[in-house]
Amino acid sequence: MIEFVQQLINGLSLGAIYALIALGYTMVYGVLRFINFAHGDVFMVGAFAGLYVAPLVMRFSNGGPSWTGMFVILIFAMMICAILGIVIEKLAYRPLRNRPRLTVLITAIGVSLFLENFGQYAFGVDPQSFPDLIGDHAIDIPAWCGPFTDLTIMVSQVLVFAVTLFLLIALRFIVTKTKLGTAMRALSVNPTATSLMGVNNDVVISFTFGLGSALAGAAGILISIQQPSIDPLMGLQPGIKAFVAAVLGGIGNIPGAAMGGLLLGVIETLVVGYSDVLHIPPGYRDAVAFFLLILILLFKPTGLLGRVEREKV
Amino acid sequence: MFERHKVTLLAALAAIFVVSRFSGDIGPYYYQIILFIGINIILAVSLNLVNGYTGQFSLGHAGFMSVGAYAAATFTNYASVHWLGMLKPLGSFVSVSLLFGIALGLGGLAAGLAGVLVGIPSLRLKGDYLAIVTLGFGEIIKVVIENVDALGGARGLSVYAVYTNLFWVYAAATVTIYVVLNIVHSTYGRGFVMVRDDEIAAEAMGINTTKYKVLAFSLAAFFAGIAGGLYAHLTQYINPEGFNFLKSVDIVTMVILGGMGSTWGVVFAAVILTILPEWLRWLSERPFLPHWLAPLLENRMIPYSLLLILLMLLRPQGLFGRISFKRKHA
Repeated sequence: MIEFVQQLINGLSLGAIYALIALGYTMVYGVLRFINFAHGDVFMVGAFAGLYVAPLVMRFSNGGPSWTGMFVILIFAMMICAILGIVIEKLAYRPLRNRPRLTVLITAIGVSLFLENFGQYAFGVDPQSFPDLIGDHAIDIPAWCGPFTDLTIMVSQVLVFAVTLFLLIALRFIVTKTKLGTAMRALSVNPTATSLMGVNNDVVISFTFGLGSALAGAAGILISIQQPSIDPLMGLQPGIKAFVAAVLGGIGNIPGAAMGGLLLGVIETLVVGYSDVLHIPPGYRDAVAFFLLILILLFKPTGLLGRVEREKV
Repeated sequence: MFERHKVTLLAALAAIFVVSRFSGDIGPYYYQIILFIGINIILAVSLNLVNGYTGQFSLGHAGFMSVGAYAAATFTNYASVHWLGMLKPLGSFVSVSLLFGIALGLGGLAAGLAGVLVGIPSLRLKGDYLAIVTLGFGEIIKVVIENVDALGGARGLSVYAVYTNLFWVYAAATVTIYVVLNIVHSTYGRGFVMVRDDEIAAEAMGINTTKYKVLAFSLAAFFAGIAGGLYAHLTQYINPEGFNFLKSVDIVTMVILGGMGSTWGVVFAAVILTILPEWLRWLSERPFLPHWLAPLLENRMIPYSLLLILLMLLRPQGLFGRISFKRKHA
């Protein structure tokens, strides 16, 4: 039982990362109806932005861990990623706005490969260790918790969860209460109508890319705090898995993406944790998401919360 | 008795046979590149059947290649030890050819079967979803091979026999081009193109679109399997990581550069994109280049990715493509 709770906690903190990345996929899909393949690599750039700015920020805390420093780095990485996302959209996707989706998809694959390989050139191929920003350690669980004292909960896991929750609430506020958020939702329903209503679609699309990429940047820092090292190809697997999460929740649906991310993280962790019971070798970890994706697309292609969209001739 | 095309095919095969007799004069480095060009032609031309003619965007071609490579390699690893002796009376040339021919056939069939199995569920999807699902299947094939110990797992598999030579590669490439050209000009080919141009209209006309898609998919997988078999018996070592997503992207880049739906364009692109990395590597070693430029050229994926982006911005139909993509419905 305790082991199950432990797996659940690990799964949720992994899932929170997937959820943050999945939100970017889903928002871009909502407004432009295409899969931004390069999104996982924006997440990687976020991690590296943190790596490069960390020594400067940590100078204020004499090179030691500091919570304020961590938040400064987090916000910096989010800003860098937002700018990167907006630039990518402007240079690569905007000229293709009214072209077939396949053309845009191929461009997105090209952008993704470029970021990965240029990243290998610029940051180096070898994994680099990420500084310990918060002095990560296991939380002492008070004795009155009974059997739960055996759980290992890291400070970073709580942090990941808290930051994700805060960003989700902030996103919810932006999307439902602000003017730009309303325009974004309107655009995802009917872009022609919004432009007729005087909405500048380009601005809204740029904003969407910036918002989604900022979330990916936050995810990049959060995963770097938990992981021992980062490398230029680190965005590949989480990127694809977050996409699966977005499809699981119903692509284009914001709460769905968050839910799908958490669900995928838990499922993946449980499958690996109980691999001997399920008779699935732990080596199949990376295949779990793909099996799940294929199952969803075959049996419920709209995802858990998605709406059915009919193709009109 | 023979149609004109068949005469051309036989003449080409005979010419390849004659040329391959003189292949000893080519240096080993160039010989290897020439063989890789041939293998890439098979891969690109077969993928063009799916991505170009049928308009279904597959990102999992390397997966089928790996199925063929492992099937053919497992067969020859066994047969060259246990059966080659029995075939001795036929002479070494005939017995080796027989064995390798069977191995390639098996590789193709295994990959084709995998193509049917993958194709039937995934071809119900369209566009981006299909691309992701084929990518997913490619990764699943990779992960499965990594976890099967009999195939060497992640360590890879050594192939004892070096059977691949100029004749086999180019004979297979010629047959691939021949079959693809003939198919696209047949009733089936019309079906493929119709599925690409307007699937809903095709369905309305009574075309079984799923049948045509699965057919194109499994046929392409079959040829990818043969290419895999040739590859395995050339490099003598295969590992799952060699058939990853990036290998699929390589093939897709060839198809896109050549022009989706143009077989000869794709052949040209396969030649260019096999030579290009070698040329860039040569260029990066020149002393007159600034030192920061060399690593940019050595990693072929940097120029490849820029090529993909620029092609889509400037010439989405590729160098030789004539098809105009269907525009989005307003």
